[in-house]
Amino acid sequence: MNKSAIIIGGGTAGMETASQLARLGVEVDLVEKQSCLGGHLNNWDRLFPNRRNSKEVYEYLEHGMNDAISLHLNTEINSIRHESGRFTVELKNGKELNSGALVIATGYDVFDAGRKEEYGHGIYDNVITSVELEEIFRNKKQNTFFQGMTPNRVGIVHCVGSRDEKAGNLYCSKLCCVTGVKQAIEIKEMKPDAEVFCFYMDLRMSDRYFEEMYFEAQEKWGIQFIRGRLSEASENQDHSLLIKLEDTLTGLPLKMNVGLLILLVGFVPSPQTRRLAAMLGLKEGDDKFLCPADEHTFTNSTAITGVFLAGTVKGPAGIATTIADARATALQVATYLKQQI
Amino acid sequence: MKSFGYTISKDRQIDFDANNRELTRLIDAIEPSIRLCLGCGSCTGTCSAGHFTEFNIRRIHTLVQRGEFDHLKKEIMKCMLCGKCQLVCPRGVNLRNLILSIHTALETSGI
Amino acid sequence: MTFNLFVLPFVLGLIFLLFLLIKKVRDWICEMDPTNKEKFRTGFHSQQFFLAIKEIFFESLLHRKMFRKNPLLGFMHMSFAFGWFLLIVFGNLESRIYSGLWINPPYFPIFLKFFIHDKRVLPFEIFTVPGFFRFFMDLLLLFILGGMVLAIIKRSRSKWFGIKKTTQLQFTDKVALICLWLIFPLRLLAESFTAGAYGYGVGFVTQHLGNVLAFIWPLSDKGVAYAFWWMYSLSLGIFFVTMPYSRYMHIPVEVMLIFCRNFGIHPRKGADYLTEIEVLSCPRCGVCIDICQMNSAAGIQDIQSVYFLQSIRNQQVMESFAMRCLVCGRCQNVCPVGIHLDFQRIVQRESFQKKQLQDYSYLPASLPRRAEVVYFAGCMSHLTPAIPRAMKKILATAGVDYLFMDEDSSVCCGRPQMLAGKSKQAEELIEQNKRMIMNSGATTLVTSCPICFRVFREEYELEIRILHHTQYLLELIKKGKIPLQAYHRKTTYHDPCELGRGSEIFTEPRELLRKISDPVGTENEFRQSLCCGGSLALLNASTEEKNKITKEALATYLEAEPDILVTACPLCKKTFAKHSPVRVMDIAELVMEAIPEKSW
Repeated sequence: MNKSAIIIGGGTAGMETASQLARLGVEVDLVEKQSCLGGHLNNWDRLFPNRRNSKEVYEYLEHGMNDAISLHLNTEINSIRHESGRFTVELKNGKELNSGALVIATGYDVFDAGRKEEYGHGIYDNVITSVELEEIFRNKKQNTFFQGMTPNRVGIVHCVGSRDEKAGNLYCSKLCCVTGVKQAIEIKEMKPDAEVFCFYMDLRMSDRYFEEMYFEAQEKWGIQFIRGRLSEASENQDHSLLIKLEDTLTGLPLKMNVGLLILLVGFVPSPQTRRLAAMLGLKEGDDKFLCPADEHTFTNSTAITGVFLAGTVKGPAGIATTIADARATALQVATYLKQQI
Repeated sequence: MKSFGYTISKDRQIDFDANNRELTRLIDAIEPSIRLCLGCGSCTGTCSAGHFTEFNIRRIHTLVQRGEFDHLKKEIMKCMLCGKCQLVCPRGVNLRNLILSIHTALETSGI
Repeated sequence: MTFNLFVLPFVLGLIFLLFLLIKKVRDWICEMDPTNKEKFRTGFHSQQFFLAIKEIFFESLLHRKMFRKNPLLGFMHMSFAFGWFLLIVFGNLESRIYSGLWINPPYFPIFLKFFIHDKRVLPFEIFTVPGFFRFFMDLLLLFILGGMVLAIIKRSRSKWFGIKKTTQLQFTDKVALICLWLIFPLRLLAESFTAGAYGYGVGFVTQHLGNVLAFIWPLSDKGVAYAFWWMYSLSLGIFFVTMPYSRYMHIPVEVMLIFCRNFGIHPRKGADYLTEIEVLSCPRCGVCIDICQMNSAAGIQDIQSVYFLQSIRNQQVMESFAMRCLVCGRCQNVCPVGIHLDFQRIVQRESFQKKQLQDYSYLPASLPRRAEVVYFAGCMSHLTPAIPRAMKKILATAGVDYLFMDEDSSVCCGRPQMLAGKSKQAEELIEQNKRMIMNSGATTLVTSCPICFRVFREEYELEIRILHHTQYLLELIKKGKIPLQAYHRKTTYHDPCELGRGSEIFTEPRELLRKISDPVGTENEFRQSLCCGGSLALLNASTEEKNKITKEALATYLEAEPDILVTACPLCKKTFAKHSPVRVMDIAELVMEAIPEKSW
């Protein structure tokens, strides 16, 4: 029983941690609330920066699942008991699991765009989120969706639910900017005659090849970048949208009509994560994401011995970062368990 | 009047050191939340007055930070104090109080 | 011989006080404009006079409102006020009986037991007139002393009296307070020593105490008694002299305020004599501190109305102080004296706006579009588009001929300016909007925003019907213009400050809500409702402080675990939606959802 770990969360981080631990000889119980693994990875069509198909990454992760990993799908956590180095986890489906280590990999939620009422999500027909757009691409529905879009113009709104005191989130979600640029390119690819605009406060092209994507977006695709945070959106008779913002680089208020508005929604801590944190007494930062034991040197463990963290429970992170992080967590867990014997 | 920068007469650049930022300090003291502005422009985008006339609150208070007070008094009079700007600001800047503090500071300095 | 040197402090103090009061009242009456002067004069011969007397009796003496807040608190105030009042009245009666004269010097009833000290019957014979007075005067003294003990206890155990935080007192208040607390114990001791010295049967308290004291202090008790009479007179004299500079000035001024109010003299624009009357009427009781959300939610305890009125009295009003208030009306709602606290706050804000500082020449000439109904959504609704969208759908379903006045651009109604104390500046905005409304030829003006609603009713001087959308929608439903289907969801309703306390509209929104959902009651409803914290009148507060206020208010509405939190104001909606885990909706949105699909 000592050489086992329970991983809560079957998304990218959970799956990679599980497969690495299994390879290191640890018995793993992987608990997932949905009926399938993959988490948010299942929502994406193509991943930045190279726009490769997300299914390839999913296949890689799935390949790592073997018999050493016991899957518990479609269930959530009821309670966790922590006594002298052992964890007893009671699931909602009645099962009880035991282990020597616990990994929290429950991931994140996406900001509910309806909370930014002035942008009209859930109120106007032609306002969707970046997540909804990914789904349209993934289900190959983009042609019907964009057919007859009038005006033939798409507006992409950055920083929806992030860097916003009014949304209750002061932090930057880091990856929405590159998502916006990626989606802008994908729309142009599919519909070259459409005009695409990105309305941003800052362009956070933070990782390798991201800045080059921005360059490509401007040079190859003619995507226009307007520095101004969207103030209001209203609906015209024909369901197109009239948007208002300030074009800060010219210093003038700007209004325009678009056929579609895409809101780049950010990361928010998931309620499940916060619930688990409360159960275990894990420290939350001001941004309500979980805190590792040390910002620099121990980013995979927590102040509670035996409890480890992997992936976006700690804050916004991309797929590549998450996979690398999950591997680090697996190493930490395995080392820890080895010392326990 | 949108200026394109082609003026022959005056050197038009912000000479930061030459600017007397006493008024800036006065305004900042009354309403310190102005420090939080990140220049997104949401305020100007939603402004009631900005819909009718060239009144740009983001620009006005950014210029104030730089120590530029030309036309400040004339411009700030256009604000209706409706509060929409404050309601959209992502940093929580207390814009209505900022406007009132500009009025107070201008009066205190006898401008 | 009914005079002694020791009565001088009392007499001089009383003359000073009366002189000052008469002068003040005279000044106030002189300052009144002809209409109010006439109202004041005729008021005394009218039915209002008796209503005023009734109010004085029930509030100034019996402190009925205080009893409702907390019985112990009410008793404490009543014992002082009513007790002292009765002491004076019955003391005067008693002195006339003893002296046999109708007119006595004013100090005679107060110091009666000094001047009259011949042998009388035993205290238990209360069935004679002198016996009754002996018993009753002592009873009253005991009554007042009981209240005094409570007052002393209240200074350290205010929670027993239902008050969490008592008012911080100024220096003059403290001096007056000490004198006031000394008056009755000194009277007790003076009367007791005298009773003991002369050995006659006086009241059941004073005689027995007197005997005890005579036993302890056998020599020259007449001298000791005399010293106490001096101290009694001094404490009264000093009290009268410090009273006009302390909170106790409320005692006489409150009476004047009650007369003014009952005679129909109400505060209007600007600071004037009524401001002074209201400011001086503040008894510094401190109920406004506890009720204030800035205190309970954000721990801010130095800006409440009691301190604000104090700063006005001291002529030391600071702009930052004046701007640090929600102007929600909760304190005004509980003020036992009925001071117009909201009004006084705004009046002081006005005083800081000296020069003309607006330029609205850019406003366009109004559009000559005509319609039966003008719909003014309000600036904030641009940021809560679900509300005007719902209104548009509902009005279309009902077949109303309406003009959506601020659909594209909005000229602010002007009230945010007025709340900042810039009512002069708001005039031009008001003119602009008025022109547009009149040009439309509409007979009804409907608005979604309670802030706009209030200014339309109070300042615009429009002769057409002005309705908040909850009232208008209810009207349309009752006329059968809006088909509704059953819609069962548990809701709680938040009374917006400007609609509820501000405009006295509590029942229509609730009636409307009952037709389209299953509302449940909450703590703090109607006039006691909480402010959302988004107030446009709160100019000087940090985001953090405002968040605290919102969260505290939100907790009340979520306690019943509703499906939806309903409100009738776009600003309240936006403010609550920021923090609420439960969906926040405007009543109009609920109405729209309750309209069957096929009716579109």
